[in-house]
Amino acid sequence: MTTEALASAENTGAGMNLPAPLLQAQCVSKQFPGVLALDAVDFELRAGEAHVLFGENGAGKSTLIQMLAGVFRPSTGSIRFRGQLIDLQGVHHARTLGLSAVFQEFSLVPTLTIEENLFLGAELTNHGLLDKLELHRRADDILKRLGFPLRPRQRVQDLTRAEQQMVEIAKAFRTDLSVLILDEPTASLTDREAQRLFAMVEQAKSRGVGVVYVTHRMSEIRRIGDRITVLRDGKRVATLNVAEVDDERLLQLMTGRVISQVFPKIEYRPGRPMLEISELTTADRSVKELSLEVRTGEVVGLAGLVGSGKSEVGRACFGLGRVASGRIKFDGQDVTGRSAREMLDLGAFYLPSDRREEGLIMMRSIRENVSLPWLGAPLFSRFGFLDRGSERSKVREVADRLNLQPPNIEHDIERLSGGNQQKVLLAKGLVSTEKLFILDEPTVGVDVGTRVAIYEFIRDLCEGGAGILLISSDLPEILHLTNRTYVMYRGELRVELEGSQITQDRVLANFFERAHA
Amino acid sequence: MDPMTYRALSFALQRLFVRIGVLPFLLVIALIVFTSLSTRFLTSENLITVARQATYLAIVSMGQMLALLTGGFDLSVGKIVAITSVITALTMAPLATAHPDATAITLTLGILAGIGAGTLVGVVNGIGVAVFSVSPFMMTLGTATISFGIALTLTSGVPVYGIPDAFGTIFSFARIFDIPSPVYVTAGLFVAMYILLNWTRMGRYFYAVGGNLRASRLSGINTRFYLFMAYVLSGGLAAVAGALLTARLETGEANIGASMPIDSIAACVIGGVSLRGGIGRVGNVVLGAVFIGLIQNGMDLAQIQSYLQEVVIGVLLILAVIADQLRQFVMLRLKE
Repeated sequence: MTTEALASAENTGAGMNLPAPLLQAQCVSKQFPGVLALDAVDFELRAGEAHVLFGENGAGKSTLIQMLAGVFRPSTGSIRFRGQLIDLQGVHHARTLGLSAVFQEFSLVPTLTIEENLFLGAELTNHGLLDKLELHRRADDILKRLGFPLRPRQRVQDLTRAEQQMVEIAKAFRTDLSVLILDEPTASLTDREAQRLFAMVEQAKSRGVGVVYVTHRMSEIRRIGDRITVLRDGKRVATLNVAEVDDERLLQLMTGRVISQVFPKIEYRPGRPMLEISELTTADRSVKELSLEVRTGEVVGLAGLVGSGKSEVGRACFGLGRVASGRIKFDGQDVTGRSAREMLDLGAFYLPSDRREEGLIMMRSIRENVSLPWLGAPLFSRFGFLDRGSERSKVREVADRLNLQPPNIEHDIERLSGGNQQKVLLAKGLVSTEKLFILDEPTVGVDVGTRVAIYEFIRDLCEGGAGILLISSDLPEILHLTNRTYVMYRGELRVELEGSQITQDRVLANFFERAHA
Repeated sequence: MDPMTYRALSFALQRLFVRIGVLPFLLVIALIVFTSLSTRFLTSENLITVARQATYLAIVSMGQMLALLTGGFDLSVGKIVAITSVITALTMAPLATAHPDATAITLTLGILAGIGAGTLVGVVNGIGVAVFSVSPFMMTLGTATISFGIALTLTSGVPVYGIPDAFGTIFSFARIFDIPSPVYVTAGLFVAMYILLNWTRMGRYFYAVGGNLRASRLSGINTRFYLFMAYVLSGGLAAVAGALLTARLETGEANIGASMPIDSIAACVIGGVSLRGGIGRVGNVVLGAVFIGLIQNGMDLAQIQSYLQEVVIGVLLILAVIADQLRQFVMLRLKE
């Protein structure tokens, strides 16, 4: 942390004459097995303000809000609510005090209705029996007050993700709300839904509710934030007034580096086309009439919001998800509808965005995970049996190249940090010499160090002559790593930008619905 | 004992527990308890009896392990044992009457027919689970009922006699270096399974498919095929156990193997196979089966009646699962 940041943290923290804090965390730390997730962090929230928590994945944002919401207790340090020391016994306890959190992973029971979910654990009874009428009336009341277009008797499993989030928010408003904690609430919302959410946050603020808002989207900070606290590696870096800080500075505070240190310089040498997609429409219509091209020696970006269909393009190229019409060509050969196995053998590697769900086998070792796609290769077999010696040496070589920690390749994936898990996932693509890499959110949930390592890895691949399709929601990544970028919106291609055309404004302008003049 | 040594000892014990699991502790406890209960327990003759008794369960458990590794389980193993027994006997009996001199051919055909029938049940399980995505629970429960029904229909519920004596002599009572022949079969299958799981692609893929099905598919593995093979091999191994058991009983019986599903799952879980799939070692599974055999034998010697023995097995199964959870907990605490 710079002394300057320290000074400004002091300034906004105590210097000004503002109302006393509603919620205050003093010097809280959280020790998990093997990691200090939060290291002596101070945080305060005033009534009627929206306080943004900003930082990379793994910076400690979620740990802090989970502590404030009663999910677990701090290892050391204290929490004060309206000046009183409190010891939260659990989420339910926090909620009765008026501290409610809406996490990214919903705590709803999908098979129950909205009203049953709203009052789960606090059912109204009359002589020991459920008072369903009263429950219905009150649920209806809450939804109306919040202006959500939902019927209380709808089943949660029938709702869209955005609607489920509304239910989760409504649940927070069930009791007398003092503190509302929102964890990246717009991650799965459309632009319109996000606007409605912002209006709701404003409304809550005007009623004196303090809002803790976790995000890593710059635009949202400006839209609703009053103050911002930046966390990095479990420590508080700074607390600033939103109006006083620019994006460049925020990014620097978040990463602890200047941009030029994060993104390497890549020499692009576009050669022959490696991947050619023409007029692709998937069976589920998440991609419509899309055409794009990736050449050897270049990094092509595919940007867009979550749900824009960008992930599905990568999946379709790898035989996941059915193709309704259109052609996919790899290295001049028609590969439409080929399986993952065939694509791997042809020389294409796909990195899925969700490493836990689709990427890694968590309870097995690094060695087994890395070699898994290639066990059929001659390198790994001897007389029809596995050649475990050459497997070990090959995986060790790849692990060294990526500087994997710990270097012991017999470690279970479960015990690695998020960044190293992501490296293992990448390592799977390094065992054989692949010609095309489709990387879907390659830096999701990793620390800055790993991020830099992954970017350098992308540079090396590109300069080594591979073609790279970088599918990403991370704008700086798209801006600084690609030489061409396609932007998608609702399954369709919006624009193709090249070289100096790739600017924040031009990419963002195509992320959202076009304003009709 | 002063507190320092006590703490050091407790720490060492916890480390050991995390490393090797609950099974070795259980084995030691069982040995101590039964040795003190009966002087006949720890004799070489009795231990050979244990080995012979445990051999059938060990084979079935190795198959069960494959189903568990891939994240499922196989409830039909008991009825596969039964139908194998019935078909083996029904094939051998008429052949033995018609050609009393062609014993070798009779035995070969009988064994092939029996194991073929048992394996076929495994094939059906595999098709249901891998192709039609039926839950392993329903699929294997269904085929278990079907097999049992067929076995009963074929035999009208009475034992099938007329198996050549040679079958029992060779595959059950013969001894080489004082060790009964079925133990050699089990040892051979164990070596084969060990190689399969640790030194072949198929074995590696069983672990991968059970550990994360979607990640395996993305790694280019034909997940359906390996799911299918897990049930085929499970059925095949249960069928081998069924044939060996028929040799021991010298009759074909539709009513054998009833406790095989629960016992084999218990042997696997006690041996550290994860019910969530992806984790387990075949050596420990065999030890788990031996442990259950040891318990049953010890209780026989201590004259605990067989109905009560069922209670003990059930309790042990639940304790093994709790011990596994405890192990996870201790592991986390030791890391801190």
